[in-house]
Amino acid sequence: MNRLTRSPLLWPLLALAALLLFNLVVNPGFFAVRIQDGHLFGSLVDVLKNAAPTLLIAIGMTLVIASRGIDLSVGAVVAIAGAIACNSLVSAPDPTSAGAAVVAISTALGVALLLGAWNGLLVSVLGIQPIIATLVLMTAGRGIAMLITDGQIITVDNDTYGWLGGGYLFGIPAQVVVAGLILLAVALLTRRTALGMLLEAVGINPEAARLAGVRSRSIVWTVYVFAALAAAVAGLMISAQVTAADANRAGLFIELDAILAVVIGGTSLAGGRYSLTGTVVGALILQTLTTTVYTVGIPPDMTTLFKALVVIVVFLLQAPRLRAVLARRRRPAPPPLPSGGLPEEAAAVLTGGPVLADDEHTPAPTAGGTTGSGRGALR
Amino acid sequence: MTVSDTRPTAPDPAAPPPAGPGGRRPWQTWLRSTTTGSRTFSVLVTGVLLVVLFGTGSARYENFGSPQVALNLLVDNAHLVVLAVGMTFVILTGGIDLSSGAVVALSTVIAASLLEAGWPAPVAIAVVLATGALLGWLMGAAVHHLQLQPFIVTLAGMFLARGLCFVISVPSIPIRDPFFQSMAQDVVELPGNTFLTYSVFIALAVLVAAVWVLHRTRFGRTVYAIGGNESSAALMGLAVGRTKVGVYVISGTLSALAGLLFTFYMLSGYSLHAIGMELDAIAAVVIGGTLLTGGAGYVVGSLLGVLVLGTIQALISFDGGLSSWWTKITVGVLLLVFVVVQRLTTRRARPGT
Repeated sequence: MNRLTRSPLLWPLLALAALLLFNLVVNPGFFAVRIQDGHLFGSLVDVLKNAAPTLLIAIGMTLVIASRGIDLSVGAVVAIAGAIACNSLVSAPDPTSAGAAVVAISTALGVALLLGAWNGLLVSVLGIQPIIATLVLMTAGRGIAMLITDGQIITVDNDTYGWLGGGYLFGIPAQVVVAGLILLAVALLTRRTALGMLLEAVGINPEAARLAGVRSRSIVWTVYVFAALAAAVAGLMISAQVTAADANRAGLFIELDAILAVVIGGTSLAGGRYSLTGTVVGALILQTLTTTVYTVGIPPDMTTLFKALVVIVVFLLQAPRLRAVLARRRRPAPPPLPSGGLPEEAAAVLTGGPVLADDEHTPAPTAGGTTGSGRGALR
Repeated sequence: MTVSDTRPTAPDPAAPPPAGPGGRRPWQTWLRSTTTGSRTFSVLVTGVLLVVLFGTGSARYENFGSPQVALNLLVDNAHLVVLAVGMTFVILTGGIDLSSGAVVALSTVIAASLLEAGWPAPVAIAVVLATGALLGWLMGAAVHHLQLQPFIVTLAGMFLARGLCFVISVPSIPIRDPFFQSMAQDVVELPGNTFLTYSVFIALAVLVAAVWVLHRTRFGRTVYAIGGNESSAALMGLAVGRTKVGVYVISGTLSALAGLLFTFYMLSGYSLHAIGMELDAIAAVVIGGTLLTGGAGYVVGSLLGVLVLGTIQALISFDGGLSSWWTKITVGVLLLVFVVVQRLTTRRARPGT
């Protein structure tokens, strides 16, 4: 129990729970999951399914951010992957065959590998700041995707390809299965091997890590390649869902959503310690928020406003100085964990206390960025 | 540290050879200052690039070389010049402002909706500028007092501003106010049968004011000092906090002003205006030779950067065969070239970093 109250994940989880509860109140059937034609159906399944592309990108982004970087180009990679796959399908001898889909998907992933390697080259070998190195591909990438589709929206008709967007495996949406498997693989690779620790070492102090014998360069390179691959898979999902490639709109601003998901999950932009679970929670919070806006009947255009408000509350609570002030005030007597049923903000504020009071036991998440200079964000 | 002599050494009238300290010959000091120590070299490269691009256009396309085409670069990009000037302030301190494009959109929507409600134009303009300043101040306060990262603060600001646009009005609002109409249509006749809009003069006035603030005031020197090394600036007793909040207020206000100029240009207020314009501004600043790590760069470079982007667009529209997406690809390639060159020159300037 003590460990639970100390977990930095406590209040993102509570925020998610509050959002879900709110949905339950507005729509009593929200938690209902029914099985129809052997497939799972229900609002919760929809949340998971719609969160899958953002989640995938956010997983890649978590690793990049842990290495003290950032990848702004993932949205462009999403567009390029969809464009290449659809282009390959359309020009295949038999556009409806499974073989054509396999070729299309492999081609898209292969190109994503190159794009990731390109980002990694700029960051790890040439030593360009990640934000500007990936800005290059972010700017040019969408143009390249338009070049591939010739400015048109390419529609495809291929069941194997469409499965990635609307299919099911054992009754579970294919997007959830794919995202879950990749998440599992990343979690095992980084948490059951030393890879995660090495990554954090690079993120906390690249020079010290190098001197300690960590191959910083290859690790940094690898995370950018992985981020691009994850973005490509998400791009294939997005394009398969609508069975078309829209170079202009596919994955627009998804890089910002992914970064938000990572930061809401408690991973600092300054690099180092990261939390995959936090990222999952962050992505689910963002998607549930979007779903909530739809459920309540607010015009969907206003989602950005609610996103901004939630994000602002989250960041205020995460702000090092505010945490320090709260910690000082709360330290004499940490209040007990409040039970559920509180309004979201009240719950977040109350639980902010015990979690925040624990700062001294864990390294400050923004170590190196606490001077508040732009370097933290820009490096 | 040795001076590389493989670098082109075009004469720079802006930097007369000063008396060299430490027994160094004047030309050595000058070479060093133009290649590594200062950013004049980067600005010069951008200027040369602009001339080359424009020259290419004039040689390839009929009428491209006419004075009005050159002036149109300013007419069509006056708002971007103002936006890039604001962005330069923030980037010089080592920060970044992702919200500026959204603030432009918010400004167009606020202006259009207030005018539609019958408010007089001066009041609407004042409200727009005040909103921009307030948003900038909030973001600056979050960056400085809460020690949050500028990237994430201004990202939240971007979502907030876009969200507010949709709250005010989802459909596009046309503007029929006589003052805004006249700002959009009236031109200043110049000799040689050419013209400029009033927006251009506003943008150039902002530019001159920015140059004055950055190079002739204590505030400006503090901006450079913070970008160079924030801890040192604080230890020197400079007003780091006030300056950091100040640059975001400047960026917010100038984004709102850019929004007004954009409103004059479009004569409508729309939530989806100016999507991605912050990236254009950042690209212009980087192409103009300002370091994204802060501490080095000139607003004049940002002006040249905007003009380079404008020339590329003009080139692509003059060549009917090239599609609009080539603009994005070309800007990406230019960014790449400039970033790599910057990286190589700064690596030489500061060994070990």
